[in-house]
Amino acid sequence: MNWKMESQRKQYGRALVELGKEHKNLVVLDADLSSSTRTADFAAAFPERFFNVGIAEQNMMDTAAGLAASGKIVFASTFAVFGTGRCYDQIRQSIAYPKMNVKIVVSHAGITVGGDGASHQIIEDIALMRVLPNMRVVVPVDSPETYRVVKTMATTTGPCYVRIGRADVPTVTDENTKFEMDQAPVMREGKDVTLIGCGIMVSKCLEAAEELSKHGVDARVVNLHTIKPIDKKTIVRAARETGGVVTAEEHSVTMGMGSAVAMVLVENFHVPMKRVGIPDVFGESGACDELMDKYGLTVDNIVEAAHDVLKRKK
Amino acid sequence: MEVYNGEFIRELEATAKKVRRDAIQMIYEAGSGHPGGSLSAADILTALYFHIMKHDPKRPDWPDRDRFVLSKGHAAPALYAVLAESGYFPVDELHTLRKMGSRLQGHPCMQKTPGVEMSTGSLGHGFPAGNGMALAAKLDRKLYRIYVICGDGEMDVGETWEAAMLASHYKLDNITVYVDRNKLQLDGPTEKIMSLEPLVDKWKSFGWHVIEINGHNMKEIIHATNEAKGVKGKPTVIICHTIKGKGVSYMEGAVHFHGKAPNKQEYEQAMKELGGGG
Repeated sequence: MNWKMESQRKQYGRALVELGKEHKNLVVLDADLSSSTRTADFAAAFPERFFNVGIAEQNMMDTAAGLAASGKIVFASTFAVFGTGRCYDQIRQSIAYPKMNVKIVVSHAGITVGGDGASHQIIEDIALMRVLPNMRVVVPVDSPETYRVVKTMATTTGPCYVRIGRADVPTVTDENTKFEMDQAPVMREGKDVTLIGCGIMVSKCLEAAEELSKHGVDARVVNLHTIKPIDKKTIVRAARETGGVVTAEEHSVTMGMGSAVAMVLVENFHVPMKRVGIPDVFGESGACDELMDKYGLTVDNIVEAAHDVLKRKK
Repeated sequence: MEVYNGEFIRELEATAKKVRRDAIQMIYEAGSGHPGGSLSAADILTALYFHIMKHDPKRPDWPDRDRFVLSKGHAAPALYAVLAESGYFPVDELHTLRKMGSRLQGHPCMQKTPGVEMSTGSLGHGFPAGNGMALAAKLDRKLYRIYVICGDGEMDVGETWEAAMLASHYKLDNITVYVDRNKLQLDGPTEKIMSLEPLVDKWKSFGWHVIEINGHNMKEIIHATNEAKGVKGKPTVIICHTIKGKGVSYMEGAVHFHGKAPNKQEYEQAMKELGGGG
């Protein structure tokens, strides 16, 4: 398919500037990566409400908590690898536990960081964030959805983690699509098998569904943009109606989105299932496409997983 | 220099003694807790809540109140004692410390306890959160001040120095940090575990106004705080030389009372020394 490729970060910057106008009590923090995360756009528009803390992510999260405790809506941004693991205790103790109104919006998540290599390709951030009580975890599917998610989060009280990528991503929604946190939209109807994706993998699921249709397989595609709280209803309905589920994520298959879906299915409605994602290994330097290929994140991987699930269906 | 009459200071000292008794009683009844660091910080806390801070226990959410953050969250019993004695919740509730269903958690929880401004316990987080409050005050052009007590063991934490840098970078002259310099941490003397000296020079080099005082002397605590209020364009740290376990003879300087409750006999002796009924 010929997707329009657009930047999620650009929409984050745009949404922040709009929010800055709408909410006088909104502040933004960054840790020396503002030109990359695009919080620099907000900094240019509202310099007095932007705080660069330098390369000190732990300090950023605790400072964010103090600002939130004083009635501010706080956005804190950096790369996903530094905004989760490096400051996990700060997020846990000072943001999640006291339910602070802090939005952690991170870019450069996953393996599509590319050339920077494994040190910068976090593949376990969804896992880290979704085990935290009070934390919401959202993976916007594309550029327009990033804008909607950020706007929604500003008026949704409490802690939230929003994961976006470095690279431009296929646009699969449009300006009219709605974002509702508790509802995972069905992007394509189907009755034989369900492909549940998040982030960049939703476009791959749509392509896989197209491919499967050539073999007479009618695949449903779900955009599971919110990993927590998870939309059990849509997942269970899909399992009941299609009898098999494939998940696809640009994240380690260990405790990521696929694992969250598996838990829902195990407890509610058993169907054959397969998780497509990065195996339990670190990444490496390379071009995005090469990396997606090597680490099992292709359309073919999803098609193959769907056939495996179909075979196991009664 | 402000002059305080002897009576006023004696009242504060009597309150501090009550706070110490409360803390020991709570820890004894809970069967666990941190007496050493609660006693070393008791005078600073008492000065803050009974003289220095602008606050109203009947309106814990009063927007213009001064904020206090106990960065060394394990001294929670002393914090709960000053909160209860000030009127944030009934003194009777102190008996529930660390018990199931209590609003008084082992470490401060702002969701549960009236008057607690920040949840702390994992060391190194409270001070930077205090900076966040100070930034918010500046943004809102509010005159309230932020007071933070750090343990000297917390000076081991790297983030403490990140926060020290941030406060001076953003010229946060509305925050005052008290370092409870009791010279002991869980495993032993600070200078043996991870040497901190020259601590004054460290803070100075981070751009702070530094004052050194005896952290058990009410007059010195108040005077140093007044001095801090007058410092413009930079934050102030008050290095408070204290004695861990201060006020209970066998706990003073005793590293093993960092995180251990007294037994019945020890409890009775402590209460006697602190002028209580036992």
